[in-house]
Amino acid sequence: MKLTTLTAATLVAFSSYAAMAEPVITVTDARAFETPPTAMSGGGFMHIKNDGDTDDRLIGITADFPKVELHTTEFTDGIAKMMHADGVTVPAGGMVALEPGGYHVMFMGLRGDPLEVGETIPATLVFEQSGEIEVRFDVVARTMEHSH
Amino acid sequence: MKAVIIGSTTLVAAAALGFYTWSASQPPAPCGDTAVATSAIGGPFELLSETGALVTDRDVITKPTLVYFGYTFCPDVCPLDSARNAQAAYMLADEGYDIGTVFITVDPDRDTTEVVAEFTDNFHEDMVGLTGTAEQVDAASKAYRTYYRKQDGDDEYYLVDHSTQTYLMMPETGFATFFKREHTPEQIAQTAACFIDAQA
Repeated sequence: MKLTTLTAATLVAFSSYAAMAEPVITVTDARAFETPPTAMSGGGFMHIKNDGDTDDRLIGITADFPKVELHTTEFTDGIAKMMHADGVTVPAGGMVALEPGGYHVMFMGLRGDPLEVGETIPATLVFEQSGEIEVRFDVVARTMEHSH
Repeated sequence: MKAVIIGSTTLVAAAALGFYTWSASQPPAPCGDTAVATSAIGGPFELLSETGALVTDRDVITKPTLVYFGYTFCPDVCPLDSARNAQAAYMLADEGYDIGTVFITVDPDRDTTEVVAEFTDNFHEDMVGLTGTAEQVDAASKAYRTYYRKQDGDDEYYLVDHSTQTYLMMPETGFATFFKREHTPEQIAQTAACFIDAQA
């Protein structure tokens, strides 16, 4: 018990010290597009802002799907190659946008349970410095300028 | 900051020079800059329609048609390009042009007729989704000179590298032009309308 208290006290002391130089992560616009009924995967997108004065790096994401990964797409001579990304650096004072055509979260193994508009997907982002941050991806319709 | 500006100006200048050199060597293209002088793209194929029926290129390309190769497991690029092609088709319809849209999978193992049917309905009620045996898909891809390669990985969540061009095909004359990912729905609609007008 005493040990726990001590550890907690040390932690508090350490965090207030660390507050001098640390990333401050805010996640906004977390969203995923709706998928057709037989879809096997869906893509998640978001904006990650760092108001702190040190870089941070998104290194993982967990959610209730058989497989969840951070991916990016590279284009070479018109050929799209989707690749697993180890992480995304969010620079101090900067913002990284996970947008269609670039970095995205792959929710894999939907198995007949498609992403439907109005649903939210709870997920945990793991950052190198900031640790775990809970987010909810809103499932939205694919925006078409043309309404048909 | 200054260095960045100089850098991008140089790049723009280089790109412009490159484009000029390239344009100067091309025959005049009445319908924009995407035309390539080749008739070797396209041709006969046999694939399975959304109902599972065996169809040929003659059954599918009965009017000017935008043809795209992709796979439905891809959650990002393929839906983005398919939605763009659908939007171009809607824009053309508003201007009185009848154009078809076709999505041919390069992942026949996972993309059954039902899967491609639902995937394409997501974008345009008339978009045709085609699949087939591995051999049929390979033959169609070769006819259109597209590239695809299943990535390594033994689980069910494998990825497929693939070309992202969209082809404008005409029922009588075949290949007209192709579009890159960077082309907007507006550009595709405009260029396609020009080719359709040129044949009228």
